[in-house]
Amino acid sequence: MIIVQYLIDAASVGGLYALTALGIGLIFGVIGLVNFAYGEYIMMGAYVILLSVGFDWPVVILFMLVYVTAMALLSELLVFRPVRNADPSTLMIVSFGLSYMIQYIYVMLFGSLTRTVNFLPLVNQAIEVGGVRIAGVNLLQISATLILTVALASFIKFTKLGYQMRAVSENPRMARMVGVNIHRVVAAAFVTSAVLAVTVSALFITQTGSMTPFFGTSLTLIGFVATVIGGLGSLVGCALGGFLVGFATTLLQLMLPPDLQPFRDAFVFAAVILVLLLRPGGLIVLSSNQERV
Amino acid sequence: MTLLGISGLEVFYGAVCALRDVTLSVGQGEIVALIGPNGAGKTSLLMAVAGIVKPRAGRIDFDGAELRDKQPEAIVAAGIAQVPESRDVFTKLTVHENLLIGASLRSDRAAIQADIERIEALFPRLAERRKQPAGLLSGGEQQMLAIGRAMMSRPRLLMLDEPSLGLAPVVTDAVFETIAGLQASGTTILLVEQNSERALSICHRAYLISAGAMVAGGTPDEIHAAGTVDAAYFGLMSNATGTQP
Repeated sequence: MIIVQYLIDAASVGGLYALTALGIGLIFGVIGLVNFAYGEYIMMGAYVILLSVGFDWPVVILFMLVYVTAMALLSELLVFRPVRNADPSTLMIVSFGLSYMIQYIYVMLFGSLTRTVNFLPLVNQAIEVGGVRIAGVNLLQISATLILTVALASFIKFTKLGYQMRAVSENPRMARMVGVNIHRVVAAAFVTSAVLAVTVSALFITQTGSMTPFFGTSLTLIGFVATVIGGLGSLVGCALGGFLVGFATTLLQLMLPPDLQPFRDAFVFAAVILVLLLRPGGLIVLSSNQERV
Repeated sequence: MTLLGISGLEVFYGAVCALRDVTLSVGQGEIVALIGPNGAGKTSLLMAVAGIVKPRAGRIDFDGAELRDKQPEAIVAAGIAQVPESRDVFTKLTVHENLLIGASLRSDRAAIQADIERIEALFPRLAERRKQPAGLLSGGEQQMLAIGRAMMSRPRLLMLDEPSLGLAPVVTDAVFETIAGLQASGTTILLVEQNSERALSICHRAYLISAGAMVAGGTPDEIHAAGTVDAAYFGLMSNATGTQP
Protein backbone atom coordinates (compact mmCIF):
# COMPACT_ATOMS: atom_id res chain seq x y z
CA MET A 1 0.00 0.00 0.00
CA ILE A 2 2.87 2.33 0.71
CA ILE A 3 3.83 2.06 -2.95
CA VAL A 4 0.41 3.23 -4.06
CA GLN A 5 0.52 6.08 -1.56
CA TYR A 6 3.94 7.03 -2.87
CA LEU A 7 2.80 6.96 -6.48
CA ILE A 8 -0.19 9.19 -5.79
CA ASP A 9 1.87 11.68 -3.80
CA ALA A 10 4.60 11.69 -6.42
CA ALA A 11 2.21 12.13 -9.33
CA SER A 12 0.48 14.93 -7.48
CA VAL A 13 3.67 16.85 -6.68
CA GLY A 14 5.01 16.01 -10.13
CA GLY A 15 1.86 17.38 -11.74
CA LEU A 16 2.35 20.73 -10.06
CA TYR A 17 5.95 20.86 -11.21
CA ALA A 18 4.98 19.73 -14.70
CA LEU A 19 2.45 22.57 -15.03
CA THR A 20 5.06 25.06 -13.88
CA ALA A 21 7.57 23.66 -16.36
CA LEU A 22 5.00 23.87 -19.20
CA GLY A 23 4.43 27.59 -18.59
CA ILE A 24 8.16 28.27 -18.63
CA GLY A 25 8.83 25.94 -21.57
CA LEU A 26 6.12 27.50 -23.73
CA ILE A 27 7.55 31.03 -23.48
CA PHE A 28 11.06 29.72 -23.99
CA GLY A 29 9.94 27.77 -27.02
CA VAL A 30 8.23 30.67 -28.73
CA ILE A 31 10.62 33.59 -28.10
CA GLY A 32 13.68 32.01 -26.46
CA LEU A 33 13.00 33.89 -23.24
CA VAL A 34 13.95 32.20 -19.96
CA ASN A 35 11.32 33.95 -17.87
CA PHE A 36 12.37 34.01 -14.22
CA ALA A 37 9.39 36.21 -13.45
CA TYR A 38 7.10 33.26 -14.19
CA GLY A 39 7.01 32.35 -10.48
CA GLU A 40 5.75 35.85 -9.76
CA TYR A 41 2.69 35.23 -11.94
CA ILE A 42 2.00 32.27 -9.65
CA MET A 43 2.67 34.36 -6.52
CA MET A 44 0.45 37.23 -7.71
CA GLY A 45 -2.34 34.73 -8.33
CA ALA A 46 -2.02 33.55 -4.72
CA TYR A 47 -2.47 37.09 -3.37
CA VAL A 48 -5.59 37.46 -5.50
CA ILE A 49 -6.97 34.48 -3.55
CA LEU A 50 -6.01 36.22 -0.30
CA LEU A 51 -7.79 39.41 -1.32
CA SER A 52 -10.93 37.75 -2.60
CA VAL A 53 -11.81 35.81 0.55
CA GLY A 54 -15.57 35.67 0.78
CA PHE A 55 -16.25 35.23 -2.93
CA ASP A 56 -17.27 31.88 -4.37
CA TRP A 57 -14.39 29.89 -5.83
CA PRO A 58 -15.37 30.30 -9.50
CA VAL A 59 -15.36 34.08 -9.01
CA VAL A 60 -11.97 33.87 -7.31
CA ILE A 61 -10.56 31.84 -10.22
CA LEU A 62 -12.01 34.41 -12.63
CA PHE A 63 -10.34 37.27 -10.70
CA MET A 64 -7.06 35.34 -10.82
CA LEU A 65 -7.33 34.73 -14.55
CA VAL A 66 -8.08 38.38 -15.30
CA TYR A 67 -5.37 39.76 -13.01
CA VAL A 68 -2.56 37.32 -13.83
CA THR A 69 -3.27 37.47 -17.57
CA ALA A 70 -3.20 41.27 -17.42
CA MET A 71 0.10 41.19 -15.53
CA ALA A 72 1.64 38.69 -17.95
CA LEU A 73 0.58 40.83 -20.92
CA LEU A 74 1.85 44.01 -19.25
CA SER A 75 5.22 42.42 -18.55
CA GLU A 76 5.47 41.37 -22.19
CA LEU A 77 4.39 44.78 -23.47
CA LEU A 78 6.43 47.01 -21.15
CA VAL A 79 9.44 44.87 -20.32
CA PHE A 80 10.08 42.05 -22.77
CA ARG A 81 8.92 43.52 -26.08
CA PRO A 82 11.39 46.44 -25.99
CA VAL A 83 14.29 43.97 -25.64
CA ARG A 84 12.86 41.35 -28.01
CA ASN A 85 15.91 41.30 -30.26
CA ALA A 86 18.49 41.32 -27.48
CA ASP A 87 20.52 38.18 -26.89
CA PRO A 88 19.16 35.45 -24.61
CA SER A 89 21.37 36.30 -21.63
CA THR A 90 20.13 39.92 -21.66
CA LEU A 91 16.55 38.67 -21.78
CA MET A 92 17.24 36.42 -18.79
CA ILE A 93 18.76 39.26 -16.73
CA VAL A 94 15.76 41.45 -17.59
CA SER A 95 13.42 38.74 -16.34
CA PHE A 96 15.49 38.47 -13.11
CA GLY A 97 15.04 42.19 -12.63
CA LEU A 98 11.31 41.98 -13.22
CA SER A 99 11.04 39.07 -10.81
CA TYR A 100 12.76 40.98 -7.98
CA MET A 101 10.79 44.12 -8.71
CA ILE A 102 7.45 42.31 -8.42
CA GLN A 103 8.54 40.48 -5.27
CA TYR A 104 9.50 43.67 -3.47
CA ILE A 105 6.41 45.53 -4.63
CA TYR A 106 4.47 42.74 -2.94
CA VAL A 107 6.65 43.04 0.18
CA MET A 108 5.71 46.73 0.28
CA LEU A 109 2.02 45.93 -0.15
CA PHE A 110 1.67 42.84 2.05
CA GLY A 111 4.84 42.57 4.13
CA SER A 112 7.22 39.67 3.92
CA LEU A 113 5.54 37.49 6.55
CA THR A 114 3.61 34.39 5.64
CA ARG A 115 -0.09 34.99 5.00
CA THR A 116 -2.56 32.14 5.16
CA VAL A 117 -5.85 31.52 3.47
CA ASN A 118 -8.24 28.61 3.45
CA PHE A 119 -9.01 28.03 -0.21
CA LEU A 120 -11.29 25.18 -1.31
CA PRO A 121 -11.21 23.42 2.11
CA LEU A 122 -13.50 20.65 0.86
CA VAL A 123 -11.09 19.60 -1.87
CA ASN A 124 -8.31 19.40 0.66
CA GLN A 125 -10.03 16.78 2.79
CA ALA A 126 -8.47 13.39 2.41
CA ILE A 127 -10.44 10.23 2.06
CA GLU A 128 -8.90 6.97 3.07
CA VAL A 129 -9.32 4.07 0.70
CA GLY A 130 -7.82 0.79 1.88
CA GLY A 131 -5.07 2.46 3.82
CA VAL A 132 -4.23 4.98 1.11
CA ARG A 133 -4.92 8.64 1.82
CA ILE A 134 -6.12 10.55 -1.21
CA ALA A 135 -6.94 14.23 -1.00
CA GLY A 136 -9.16 15.78 -3.63
CA VAL A 137 -6.42 18.23 -4.42
CA ASN A 138 -4.10 15.35 -5.35
CA LEU A 139 -6.61 14.11 -7.89
CA LEU A 140 -7.14 17.65 -9.12
CA GLN A 141 -3.42 18.12 -9.60
CA ILE A 142 -2.99 14.90 -11.52
CA SER A 143 -6.01 15.42 -13.74
CA ALA A 144 -5.29 19.13 -14.35
CA THR A 145 -1.80 18.21 -15.48
CA LEU A 146 -2.99 15.52 -17.87
CA ILE A 147 -5.80 17.64 -19.30
CA LEU A 148 -3.73 20.81 -19.70
CA THR A 149 -0.75 18.98 -21.21
CA VAL A 150 -2.94 17.30 -23.80
CA ALA A 151 -4.89 20.51 -24.44
CA LEU A 152 -1.71 22.54 -24.88
CA ALA A 153 -0.11 19.97 -27.15
CA SER A 154 -3.26 19.86 -29.32
CA PHE A 155 -3.47 23.64 -29.38
CA ILE A 156 0.13 23.86 -30.64
CA LYS A 157 -0.36 21.07 -33.14
CA PHE A 158 -3.76 21.75 -34.63
CA THR A 159 -4.70 25.43 -34.46
CA LYS A 160 -3.72 28.41 -36.58
CA LEU A 161 -2.17 30.17 -33.58
CA GLY A 162 -0.37 26.92 -32.85
CA TYR A 163 1.41 26.65 -36.19
CA GLN A 164 2.07 30.38 -36.09
CA MET A 165 3.77 29.88 -32.71
CA ARG A 166 5.90 27.10 -34.16
CA ALA A 167 6.79 29.31 -37.12
CA VAL A 168 7.75 32.25 -34.88
CA SER A 169 9.81 29.85 -32.79
CA GLU A 170 11.72 28.64 -35.82
CA ASN A 171 12.19 31.84 -37.80
CA PRO A 172 10.57 35.03 -36.50
CA ARG A 173 11.80 37.17 -39.41
CA MET A 174 10.32 34.86 -42.04
CA ALA A 175 7.12 34.60 -40.02
CA ARG A 176 6.73 38.38 -40.27
CA MET A 177 7.52 38.22 -43.99
CA VAL A 178 4.53 35.95 -44.59
CA GLY A 179 2.30 38.29 -42.61
CA VAL A 180 2.22 36.64 -39.18
CA ASN A 181 1.46 39.25 -36.52
CA ILE A 182 4.33 38.31 -34.23
CA HIS A 183 3.14 40.52 -31.35
CA ARG A 184 -0.21 38.77 -31.32
CA VAL A 185 1.43 35.34 -31.35
CA VAL A 186 3.76 36.22 -28.48
CA ALA A 187 0.86 37.74 -26.54
CA ALA A 188 -1.06 34.48 -27.01
CA ALA A 189 1.90 32.57 -25.58
CA PHE A 190 1.98 34.85 -22.53
CA VAL A 191 -1.78 34.46 -22.01
CA THR A 192 -1.44 30.68 -22.19
CA SER A 193 1.42 30.69 -19.71
CA ALA A 194 -0.65 32.93 -17.41
CA VAL A 195 -3.49 30.39 -17.48
CA LEU A 196 -1.00 27.68 -16.49
CA ALA A 197 0.33 29.93 -13.70
CA VAL A 198 -3.19 30.47 -12.36
CA THR A 199 -3.74 26.71 -12.31
CA VAL A 200 -0.51 26.14 -10.40
CA SER A 201 -1.34 28.99 -8.05
CA ALA A 202 -4.82 27.72 -7.24
CA LEU A 203 -3.63 24.14 -6.69
CA PHE A 204 -0.63 25.20 -4.62
CA ILE A 205 -2.65 27.47 -2.34
CA THR A 206 -5.39 24.86 -1.95
CA GLN A 207 -2.77 22.43 -0.75
CA THR A 208 -0.53 24.62 1.41
CA GLY A 209 -2.82 27.53 2.27
CA SER A 210 0.14 29.85 2.82
CA MET A 211 2.08 32.39 0.80
CA THR A 212 4.91 34.89 0.99
CA PRO A 213 6.01 37.29 -1.75
CA PHE A 214 8.93 34.93 -2.32
CA PHE A 215 7.30 31.54 -2.76
CA GLY A 216 7.24 31.83 -6.56
CA THR A 217 11.01 31.66 -6.79
CA SER A 218 11.36 28.09 -5.54
CA LEU A 219 8.61 26.94 -7.91
CA THR A 220 10.30 28.73 -10.83
CA LEU A 221 13.57 27.06 -9.95
CA ILE A 222 11.98 23.62 -9.87
CA GLY A 223 10.12 24.42 -13.07
CA PHE A 224 13.43 25.27 -14.72
CA VAL A 225 15.07 22.14 -13.47
CA ALA A 226 12.18 20.14 -14.92
CA THR A 227 12.43 22.03 -18.21
CA VAL A 228 16.16 21.45 -18.47
CA ILE A 229 15.93 17.78 -17.54
CA GLY A 230 13.21 17.39 -20.15
CA GLY A 231 15.58 18.76 -22.77
CA LEU A 232 14.85 22.49 -22.86
CA GLY A 233 12.39 23.14 -25.59
CA SER A 234 9.98 20.26 -25.95
CA LEU A 235 6.64 20.69 -24.23
CA VAL A 236 6.12 17.00 -23.65
CA GLY A 237 9.68 16.86 -22.31
CA CYS A 238 8.85 19.71 -19.90
CA ALA A 239 5.83 17.87 -18.54
CA LEU A 240 7.74 14.59 -18.16
CA GLY A 241 10.65 16.44 -16.55
CA GLY A 242 8.23 17.94 -14.04
CA PHE A 243 6.82 14.55 -13.16
CA LEU A 244 10.33 13.17 -12.81
CA VAL A 245 11.42 15.88 -10.38
CA GLY A 246 8.20 15.30 -8.44
CA PHE A 247 8.88 11.57 -8.20
CA ALA A 248 12.50 12.17 -7.17
CA THR A 249 11.48 14.68 -4.51
CA THR A 250 8.82 12.40 -3.07
CA LEU A 251 11.11 9.39 -3.16
CA LEU A 252 13.86 11.27 -1.32
CA GLN A 253 11.32 12.41 1.27
CA LEU A 254 10.51 8.77 1.81
CA MET A 255 14.01 7.33 1.82
CA LEU A 256 16.14 9.97 3.52
CA PRO A 257 16.76 9.55 7.23
CA PRO A 258 14.75 12.13 9.20
CA ASP A 259 17.89 14.10 10.06
CA LEU A 260 18.59 14.74 6.39
CA GLN A 261 15.03 15.47 5.27
CA PRO A 262 15.33 19.25 5.71
CA PHE A 263 18.15 19.12 3.17
CA ARG A 264 16.12 17.20 0.62
CA ASP A 265 16.42 19.84 -2.06
CA ALA A 266 20.21 19.64 -1.91
CA PHE A 267 19.91 16.01 -2.98
CA VAL A 268 17.39 16.85 -5.68
CA PHE A 269 19.67 19.47 -7.21
CA ALA A 270 22.72 17.23 -6.84
CA ALA A 271 20.82 14.66 -8.88
CA VAL A 272 20.01 17.35 -11.46
CA ILE A 273 23.69 18.29 -11.80
CA LEU A 274 24.57 14.64 -12.20
CA VAL A 275 21.93 14.20 -14.91
CA LEU A 276 23.20 17.22 -16.80
CA LEU A 277 26.81 16.09 -16.54
CA LEU A 278 25.90 12.72 -17.98
CA ARG A 279 23.34 13.95 -20.51
CA PRO A 280 23.86 17.62 -21.34
CA GLY A 281 20.97 17.53 -23.80
CA GLY A 282 18.47 16.54 -21.11
CA LEU A 283 17.38 13.21 -19.82
CA ILE A 284 14.42 12.69 -22.06
CA VAL A 285 15.29 12.57 -25.71
CA LEU A 286 12.18 12.36 -27.83
CA SER A 287 11.93 12.97 -31.52
CA SER A 288 9.80 15.95 -30.59
CA ASN A 289 12.83 17.40 -28.80
CA GLN A 290 13.86 18.63 -32.18
CA GLU A 291 10.96 21.03 -31.96
CA ARG A 292 11.31 24.02 -29.71
CA VAL A 293 7.61 24.30 -29.16
CA MET B 1 1.82 51.91 -64.84
CA THR B 2 4.44 51.77 -62.12
CA LEU B 3 3.61 49.32 -59.34
CA LEU B 4 6.81 49.60 -57.33
CA GLY B 5 8.91 52.74 -57.43
CA ILE B 6 12.17 53.12 -55.55
CA SER B 7 14.15 56.34 -55.57
CA GLY B 8 17.35 57.45 -53.88
CA LEU B 9 17.40 54.37 -51.67
CA GLU B 10 20.30 54.10 -49.23
CA VAL B 11 20.86 51.18 -46.90
CA PHE B 12 23.61 50.96 -44.29
CA TYR B 13 24.59 48.17 -41.95
CA GLY B 14 26.32 50.18 -39.25
CA ALA B 15 28.95 52.17 -41.10
CA VAL B 16 28.95 49.83 -44.09
CA CYS B 17 27.04 51.08 -47.08
CA ALA B 18 25.04 48.34 -48.81
CA LEU B 19 23.04 50.49 -51.24
CA ARG B 20 23.76 54.00 -52.45
CA ASP B 21 21.24 56.19 -54.27
CA VAL B 22 19.41 53.33 -55.97
CA THR B 23 16.46 54.18 -58.18
CA LEU B 24 14.32 51.68 -60.05
CA SER B 25 10.75 50.98 -61.04
CA VAL B 26 8.70 47.87 -61.67
CA GLY B 27 5.67 48.25 -63.88
CA GLN B 28 2.38 46.42 -63.42
CA GLY B 29 2.57 42.95 -64.99
CA GLU B 30 6.31 43.08 -65.75
CA ILE B 31 9.11 40.70 -64.93
CA VAL B 32 12.00 42.88 -63.82
CA ALA B 33 15.36 41.31 -63.08
CA LEU B 34 17.95 42.66 -60.68
CA ILE B 35 21.32 41.23 -61.58
CA GLY B 36 24.82 41.73 -60.30
CA PRO B 37 27.66 39.93 -58.55
CA ASN B 38 27.67 38.54 -55.05
CA GLY B 39 27.47 41.24 -52.40
CA ALA B 40 26.20 43.88 -54.82
CA GLY B 41 23.26 44.72 -52.54
CA LYS B 42 20.49 42.88 -54.38
CA THR B 43 19.21 41.08 -51.29
CA SER B 44 19.47 44.27 -49.23
CA LEU B 45 17.17 45.95 -51.73
CA LEU B 46 14.53 43.22 -51.40
CA MET B 47 14.85 43.29 -47.60
CA ALA B 48 14.35 47.05 -47.62
CA VAL B 49 11.18 46.67 -49.71
CA ALA B 50 9.94 43.92 -47.37
CA GLY B 51 10.44 46.20 -44.36
CA ILE B 52 13.04 43.97 -42.71
CA VAL B 53 15.90 46.43 -43.24
CA LYS B 54 15.21 50.10 -42.53
CA PRO B 55 16.69 52.36 -45.25
CA ARG B 56 18.65 55.44 -44.21
CA ALA B 57 17.27 57.50 -47.07
CA GLY B 58 15.05 57.29 -50.13
CA ARG B 59 11.48 56.48 -51.02
CA ILE B 60 9.75 53.16 -51.64
CA ASP B 61 6.32 53.56 -53.20
CA PHE B 62 3.96 50.69 -53.89
CA ASP B 63 0.80 51.37 -55.84
CA GLY B 64 0.97 55.02 -54.87
CA ALA B 65 1.53 54.50 -51.13
CA GLU B 66 4.79 55.05 -49.23
CA LEU B 67 6.07 51.79 -47.73
CA ARG B 68 9.21 52.93 -45.98
CA ASP B 69 8.11 53.05 -42.36
CA LYS B 70 5.68 50.17 -42.51
CA GLN B 71 6.03 46.90 -40.60
CA PRO B 72 6.77 43.73 -42.60
CA GLU B 73 3.29 42.32 -42.03
CA ALA B 74 1.70 45.56 -43.28
CA ILE B 75 3.81 45.30 -46.42
CA VAL B 76 2.55 41.75 -47.00
CA ALA B 77 -0.96 43.10 -46.50
CA ALA B 78 -0.28 45.80 -49.11
CA GLY B 79 0.37 43.01 -51.65
CA ILE B 80 4.08 42.20 -51.66
CA ALA B 81 5.37 38.68 -51.00
CA GLN B 82 8.94 37.45 -50.97
CA VAL B 83 10.69 34.16 -51.63
CA PRO B 84 13.99 34.69 -49.77
CA GLU B 85 17.33 33.43 -50.94
CA SER B 86 17.60 30.80 -48.23
CA ARG B 87 13.96 29.85 -48.98
CA ASP B 88 13.32 29.79 -45.24
CA VAL B 89 10.49 27.29 -45.36
CA PHE B 90 9.42 26.46 -41.81
CA THR B 91 11.16 23.10 -41.56
CA LYS B 92 9.18 21.87 -38.55
CA LEU B 93 5.81 22.77 -40.00
CA THR B 94 4.18 20.41 -42.44
CA VAL B 95 4.06 21.28 -46.13
CA HIS B 96 0.35 22.01 -45.73
CA GLU B 97 0.95 24.30 -42.74
CA ASN B 98 3.64 26.16 -44.68
CA LEU B 99 1.06 26.94 -47.34
CA LEU B 100 -1.58 27.87 -44.77
CA ILE B 101 0.76 30.26 -42.95
CA GLY B 102 1.29 32.09 -46.23
CA ALA B 103 -2.37 33.06 -45.96
CA SER B 104 -2.00 34.41 -42.41
CA LEU B 105 -3.59 37.73 -43.31
CA ARG B 106 -6.58 36.19 -45.06
CA SER B 107 -9.70 34.78 -43.47
CA ASP B 108 -11.63 33.57 -46.53
CA ARG B 109 -11.40 29.85 -45.77
CA ALA B 110 -12.95 28.56 -48.97
CA ALA B 111 -10.72 30.72 -51.17
CA ILE B 112 -7.64 29.72 -49.16
CA GLN B 113 -8.48 26.05 -49.70
CA ALA B 114 -9.00 26.71 -53.42
CA ASP B 115 -5.62 28.43 -53.62
CA ILE B 116 -3.93 25.51 -51.88
CA GLU B 117 -5.46 23.13 -54.41
CA ARG B 118 -4.29 25.36 -57.25
CA ILE B 119 -0.73 25.39 -55.89
CA GLU B 120 -0.79 21.63 -55.35
CA ALA B 121 -1.91 21.21 -58.94
CA LEU B 122 1.01 23.39 -60.03
CA PHE B 123 3.48 21.47 -57.85
CA PRO B 124 2.19 17.88 -57.53
CA ARG B 125 5.16 16.92 -55.31
CA LEU B 126 3.82 19.23 -52.62
CA ALA B 127 0.47 17.44 -52.67
CA GLU B 128 2.20 14.08 -52.23
CA ARG B 129 4.13 15.34 -49.23
CA ARG B 130 1.36 17.42 -47.69
CA LYS B 131 1.63 15.94 -44.18
CA GLN B 132 5.42 15.79 -44.00
CA PRO B 133 7.61 18.32 -42.23
CA ALA B 134 8.96 20.74 -44.84
CA GLY B 135 12.48 20.08 -43.56
CA LEU B 136 12.35 16.69 -45.29
CA LEU B 137 11.82 18.20 -48.75
CA SER B 138 14.61 18.40 -51.32
CA GLY B 139 16.06 21.79 -52.25
CA GLY B 140 13.91 22.04 -55.36
CA GLU B 141 10.77 21.06 -53.49
CA GLN B 142 11.55 23.64 -50.79
CA GLN B 143 11.85 26.25 -53.52
CA MET B 144 8.45 25.22 -54.89
CA LEU B 145 7.02 25.40 -51.38
CA ALA B 146 8.52 28.84 -50.75
CA ILE B 147 6.98 30.09 -54.00
CA GLY B 148 3.66 28.46 -53.15
CA ARG B 149 3.72 29.96 -49.65
CA ALA B 150 4.37 33.42 -51.09
CA MET B 151 1.50 32.97 -53.57
CA MET B 152 -0.87 32.18 -50.69
CA SER B 153 -1.02 35.86 -49.72
CA ARG B 154 -2.26 36.61 -53.28
CA PRO B 155 0.50 39.15 -53.85
CA ARG B 156 0.43 41.69 -56.64
CA LEU B 157 4.23 41.84 -56.54
CA LEU B 158 6.28 38.69 -55.99
CA MET B 159 9.96 39.17 -55.17
CA LEU B 160 12.18 36.14 -55.73
CA ASP B 161 15.74 36.09 -54.41
CA GLU B 162 18.07 33.74 -56.30
CA PRO B 163 15.43 31.10 -57.05
CA SER B 164 17.93 28.98 -58.98
CA LEU B 165 20.56 28.89 -56.23
CA GLY B 166 21.73 25.37 -55.53
CA LEU B 167 19.18 23.73 -57.81
CA ALA B 168 19.87 21.17 -60.52
CA PRO B 169 19.54 22.64 -64.05
CA VAL B 170 16.37 20.69 -64.78
CA VAL B 171 14.80 21.96 -61.53
CA THR B 172 15.90 25.49 -62.37
CA ASP B 173 14.06 25.13 -65.70
CA ALA B 174 10.90 24.19 -63.86
CA VAL B 175 11.26 27.14 -61.48
CA PHE B 176 11.71 29.60 -64.34
CA GLU B 177 8.73 28.11 -66.17
CA THR B 178 6.70 28.67 -63.02
CA ILE B 179 7.85 32.28 -62.80
CA ALA B 180 6.80 32.87 -66.41
CA GLY B 181 3.46 31.21 -65.65
CA LEU B 182 2.86 33.42 -62.61
CA GLN B 183 3.54 36.51 -64.69
CA ALA B 184 1.16 35.28 -67.38
CA SER B 185 -1.56 34.98 -64.76
CA GLY B 186 -1.09 38.61 -63.77
CA THR B 187 1.49 38.69 -60.96
CA THR B 188 4.25 41.27 -61.25
CA ILE B 189 7.71 39.79 -60.63
CA LEU B 190 10.90 41.30 -59.25
CA LEU B 191 13.59 38.69 -59.75
CA VAL B 192 17.04 38.78 -58.19
CA GLU B 193 19.55 36.55 -59.92
CA GLN B 194 23.27 36.02 -60.03
CA ASN B 195 22.75 33.84 -63.06
CA SER B 196 22.39 36.84 -65.37
CA GLU B 197 21.94 34.91 -68.64
CA ARG B 198 19.04 33.05 -67.14
CA ALA B 199 17.46 36.19 -65.75
CA LEU B 200 17.91 38.20 -68.95
CA SER B 201 16.26 35.42 -70.97
CA ILE B 202 13.02 35.73 -69.03
CA CYS B 203 12.67 39.38 -67.98
CA HIS B 204 11.19 42.40 -69.75
CA ARG B 205 13.63 44.81 -68.19
CA ALA B 206 16.68 44.44 -66.00
CA TYR B 207 18.82 46.48 -63.66
CA LEU B 208 22.49 45.78 -63.12
CA ILE B 209 23.74 46.61 -59.67
CA SER B 210 27.30 46.46 -58.41
CA ALA B 211 28.92 47.41 -55.10
CA GLY B 212 25.68 48.95 -53.88
CA ALA B 213 25.13 51.26 -56.85
CA MET B 214 23.02 51.05 -59.99
CA VAL B 215 25.25 50.47 -63.01
CA ALA B 216 22.79 50.04 -65.86
CA GLY B 217 19.15 49.53 -66.56
CA GLY B 218 17.02 48.72 -69.59
CA THR B 219 15.77 45.89 -71.75
CA PRO B 220 17.88 42.73 -71.86
CA ASP B 221 19.18 43.78 -75.30
CA GLU B 222 20.20 47.20 -74.04
CA ILE B 223 22.01 45.66 -71.09
CA HIS B 224 23.84 43.29 -73.41
CA ALA B 225 24.71 46.10 -75.81
CA ALA B 226 26.12 48.23 -73.02
CA GLY B 227 28.50 45.37 -72.29
CA THR B 228 28.45 46.18 -68.64
CA VAL B 229 27.42 42.78 -67.31
CA ASP B 230 30.79 41.13 -67.71
CA ALA B 231 32.51 44.25 -66.46
CA ALA B 232 30.40 44.31 -63.31
CA TYR B 233 30.91 40.62 -62.68
CA PHE B 234 34.62 40.57 -63.34
CA GLY B 235 35.53 43.74 -61.53
CA LEU B 236 36.33 45.91 -64.54
CA MET B 237 34.08 48.63 -63.28
CA SER B 238 36.49 51.49 -63.87
CA ASN B 239 36.11 50.95 -67.61
CA ALA B 240 32.37 50.61 -67.60
CA THR B 241 30.30 53.70 -68.15
CA GLY B 242 27.10 53.51 -66.15
CA THR B 243 23.94 54.18 -68.09
CA GLN B 244 21.25 55.16 -65.65
CA PRO B 245 17.69 54.39 -66.74
